[in-house]
Amino acid sequence: MPSEHSSKQYDLDLEQIRSKVLLMGGLVESQFHDALECFRHGDVDRAGRVMQADEQVNRLEVTLDDACSHLIVRRQPAANDLRTVMATIKVITDLERIGDEATKIARAARSMQERGVVSINHYETVRVIADSAGALLHDALDSFARLDAQQATRLIAQDKAVDHEFRSIMRNLITFMMEDPRTISSALETLWVAKAVERIGDHAKNIAEYVIYVVEGKDIRHTDYASTAQSAQG
Amino acid sequence: MISNPSAAASHAPGPKATIEISNLDFYYGGFQGLKNINLRIHDKKVTAFIGPSGCGKSTLLRTLNRMYDLYPGQRAEGQILYNGRNILEPGLDVNMLRARVGMVFQKPTPFPMSVYDNIAFGVRLYENLSRGEMDERVEWALNKAALWTEVKDKLNKSGLSLSGGQQQRLCIARGVAVKPEVLLLDEPTSALDPISTAKIEELISELKGEYTIAIVTHNMQQAARCSDYTAYMYLGELVEFGETDQIFMNPGRRETQDYITGRFG
Repeated sequence: MPSEHSSKQYDLDLEQIRSKVLLMGGLVESQFHDALECFRHGDVDRAGRVMQADEQVNRLEVTLDDACSHLIVRRQPAANDLRTVMATIKVITDLERIGDEATKIARAARSMQERGVVSINHYETVRVIADSAGALLHDALDSFARLDAQQATRLIAQDKAVDHEFRSIMRNLITFMMEDPRTISSALETLWVAKAVERIGDHAKNIAEYVIYVVEGKDIRHTDYASTAQSAQG
Repeated sequence: MISNPSAAASHAPGPKATIEISNLDFYYGGFQGLKNINLRIHDKKVTAFIGPSGCGKSTLLRTLNRMYDLYPGQRAEGQILYNGRNILEPGLDVNMLRARVGMVFQKPTPFPMSVYDNIAFGVRLYENLSRGEMDERVEWALNKAALWTEVKDKLNKSGLSLSGGQQQRLCIARGVAVKPEVLLLDEPTSALDPISTAKIEELISELKGEYTIAIVTHNMQQAARCSDYTAYMYLGELVEFGETDQIFMNPGRRETQDYITGRFG
């Protein structure tokens, strides 16, 4: 762990930011979990809770951006402190988007329930991708909390599997829709849900990229860093 | 990223070095103020020296123009090559050295003379210029220091009548008037207000196209803004030396990072 600043207040400010980010991470993880349960069981009340949580997530995003701005103007952070603040600003954007995607899932679930359009085993279609994306999100938040660059590198490579799974789901759903047009409504809703899950996987990957930025000082976005690092590790 | 500054400084190819410091030790009587410094100051670049009080950065600056010669009991050992010549060797014309390697101090030090004479005084020691040529040189130097428009109508007024920021720019003008190759700035804006500081930082940025500049500063952000290379010193040693962007975004040494992020003491 880095040693303390000469200014205790600086450490306190950083710690407050850190704990709020972890709180936000926990909230969006719960949102995702609740939204999937809602999609599975058609629990409309749960859908409502997901959307309420989103309001709290949005408020946290605004609070955290403000806290980071204040830190920059007061402390002019450098080196690892600067990278931490920059990464925090970016991570909270990804977390807020994850919250939005979870809300989309909950809305789709509620819509299907209310219209009674459940004609395919919609949850089973997305179960695998949901489990993968959920694990990615959990690991990403964990690697951010512990600043574990190795864990972050591993999970960046795993996002490809989520993208691959989405394409496979899309092909399946297209097949359903072609075979029986009565499934189109629920197949489309399921497709949007799968897309939202795939996007959550992408956001988790982004968070992992920022972990590497904070720890190693390398900006690896839009590069093939993870695959290169994985094959180098052998 | 340069984690072993000695090795990198001695063996790395790269930009031309105006000053090459090798195995430099410095003593204040029995106390060793600099320990085995190895460093290259690159041509027409700004090199900043940062570090806590007492780390040796001003001491190092003052070896580069043999300013320590003025004080008994202070001595330097090792080698400082300036354009291929070791300036520590006896028999060197130190006055000529100090004309080529100029210095500006933290507290502005205008001579108790007119603005004009402040500039002309140094020039007269080295060159025999006609009145017209001297007028041109004075105007040129004051323009270089971004001071001409403010003082052109009061060249006969005392240098001491100017504001702090103006006095410091006058000292910079005085330094460049003798056409040096190197400018040493020892905390040049510590005593100045933010606006004067900003003007001098802008000036440094303009001057570096023509002069090699070394600056000692306590202001980390100033080092980050103004310099191309940064050296972090601690207790007489060079801890890390590298490109400024690298030092401030992702330093190689934990000690450097601790200092620039305020995790000190």
